[in-house]
Amino acid sequence: MSERENILGRIREALKVNAPLPGWHGERSAEHLSAGDPAANARNLAARSGTASDWLPLVGASVAEQFELFAKNAADLKADFQLLASRDELKAALLKLRDAEKWRRVASHDGELSNFACKALGLPVLLTDRGYDVQEMEQCDAGITECDALIAQTGGVAVTSRSAGGRALSVLPPHHVVIARREQLVADLPAAFAFLQQKYTPDFPSMISFITGPSRTGDIERILVLGAHGPKKLTILCY
Amino acid sequence: MSTFVSDFKTRATEKAGDLRHRQVIRTALRGYEIVRDKRKAAFQSWESARQAAAETKWEAVNHLDKHLEALTAKLEARGTKVHWASTGEQAREIIAQILRDKKARCIIKSKSMTSEEIHLNHALEKEGFTVVESDLGEFIVQLRHEPPYHLVFPSMHLTRGEIKDLFQKELGDAPSDAPEELTMVARRVMRQKYITADVGFTGANFAIAETGMISITENEGNARLTAALPKTMVTLIGIEKVLPRFADLALFLPMLATAGAGQPMTCYNTMYSGPRQPGECDGPEEWHVVLLDNRRTELLADAEQRDALHCIRCGACLNVCPIFRNVGGHTYGTTYSGPVGAVITPHLRGLQEWKHLSNASSLCGACTEACPVKIDLHHHLLQNRRNASASEPAFFERLAYQIFGIVANEPAFWSLAKKLGWLTQPLQKAVKGSALDPARAWTKTRDLPAQPRESFKDWWRNRK
Ligand code: SF4
Repeated sequence: MSERENILGRIREALKVNAPLPGWHGERSAEHLSAGDPAANARNLAARSGTASDWLPLVGASVAEQFELFAKNAADLKADFQLLASRDELKAALLKLRDAEKWRRVASHDGELSNFACKALGLPVLLTDRGYDVQEMEQCDAGITECDALIAQTGGVAVTSRSAGGRALSVLPPHHVVIARREQLVADLPAAFAFLQQKYTPDFPSMISFITGPSRTGDIERILVLGAHGPKKLTILCY
Repeated sequence: MSTFVSDFKTRATEKAGDLRHRQVIRTALRGYEIVRDKRKAAFQSWESARQAAAETKWEAVNHLDKHLEALTAKLEARGTKVHWASTGEQAREIIAQILRDKKARCIIKSKSMTSEEIHLNHALEKEGFTVVESDLGEFIVQLRHEPPYHLVFPSMHLTRGEIKDLFQKELGDAPSDAPEELTMVARRVMRQKYITADVGFTGANFAIAETGMISITENEGNARLTAALPKTMVTLIGIEKVLPRFADLALFLPMLATAGAGQPMTCYNTMYSGPRQPGECDGPEEWHVVLLDNRRTELLADAEQRDALHCIRCGACLNVCPIFRNVGGHTYGTTYSGPVGAVITPHLRGLQEWKHLSNASSLCGACTEACPVKIDLHHHLLQNRRNASASEPAFFERLAYQIFGIVANEPAFWSLAKKLGWLTQPLQKAVKGSALDPARAWTKTRDLPAQPRESFKDWWRNRK
């Protein structure tokens, strides 16, 4: 018998005895979480006690409130968030970054917004789409990507290997610049997951990453240091 | 007495008296409690979220076979190779075989407590592979040749000065003891390792049955790089880490971050559903996922304590535990320390040898209250005590309680005992803590409270 069958066999044997539902000291039965259909279980759970959106931190209903919340959360995370009025402003913001940090070369990927950004910068660009040299990417001053969603509740962004130029582009260069559209803002995490699932089922990109602030560590005396292994800076330009 | 017990007692005594150690731990955890409470308060209802998380984990664990089959089918459909390991030894062999097949030399590793559990590094190093821990805390304890101190904060027992000296000695590079500069030293060392390593190894926080994904939570970006650059990726995951649905992460990710470190979200939460897919520009060509049992099914068979498999390894129960805070993580001598370690280790490694951990608790219940998935930790500790004494009854303890029962039930005996206590009290003072003292285990480090002149009973009788 294979190890797979051995393990599954032990699991089935163990599960012949029911376990009490947690938090109820055995008083509440658990037939609403039956073996059948996980989707039905989720609906049953929601019908009994609500959904994650009812318990997670509150998010305002209007877009203006949500942008305000996003900006506040991003600032708490030490990310730089700029809400811009036009493509001209976007261009100006990019040039300001380029000059302030003396960028010489950036890495990016093919995309309507990212192409615009690269053109605006007027710098040599390493494009990842058709493969790239890792050492070269490591030398780039910034990684410029698009994203799938901005999440007001957390001040973070969701990227995927398909929408953001692969797996490394958003973590290898020292500065990650995200270019986003206003319509990409979602209220909370459940909305972000629902959106991604709807957008990509059944063919998910091999990586989906929720990026919430620049890379950080607290492993030395619990003191916050930015740029542990990933980018030291995260800039989100939204127009 | 087994060596595990005596080792535990020796280390606990030593650490509890080590004021410097207590100071370091207290400083490290002071900030944690403040930010965690703030983040918890930001939830509209932390309590409802806990109950829902507990029920979701219940659903996952109590239909574990179905979820594992769904997970495996989805992973394999996208070209991932799934391996099953009943024991740590099997898992080590599977991983070593992958490395041999790939003729690998250097492995870059992101944080994985499960790999600590099966002593993977040691086994691979013995075979001649170079293993580099990339998480900063893990890197530090690896340089010191010691196991992680804490599930989430591996190097929280060290001061910046100690880390500076360590870097100076091992790496010859430590410009100052500023955390910022020390972190940058590690960053420089690691950068080239990601690029040149043959294999990237990761742990995992959750597996999603519905979509066939492995979810990894981290702050540093080291797991992201480990899963992006090397040609081969290996992931080790305990079978209990499965969640039914993709959408469940919307609740579990912020709860893990809040309970574990007082963050609204951990910096990188990444879901992998396969090796590099057609049309993608990077990522590993091969991905191996190793599903590990290692006696988790024995814990599963104990319906009463099955919920201990709900653990998401956030570390919250360690942070609030008065015992952990005094004796420290290394004292336990186990991979998983603190309350959750005390609950599960007897199941994973043998009740009689590890039952002493059930007594490493004041039963205050702080752990149960802190647990984001509502594991009934302190009741399980009590149950482990009961189970341990049922399988190996403590003869003298029983005898002592029987005698106490007789004395306490008979007023004449009781008042005699009272008088005796009163009379022998000065004598006890003279021998306190020495071999002659029958209460030595208690009085060695504490004072026996003096017996009052007038007992409650006398007071009650004379009250008017
Ligand atoms: S038992 Fe609960 S509190 Fe302790 S580490 Fe596990 S999930 Fe966290």
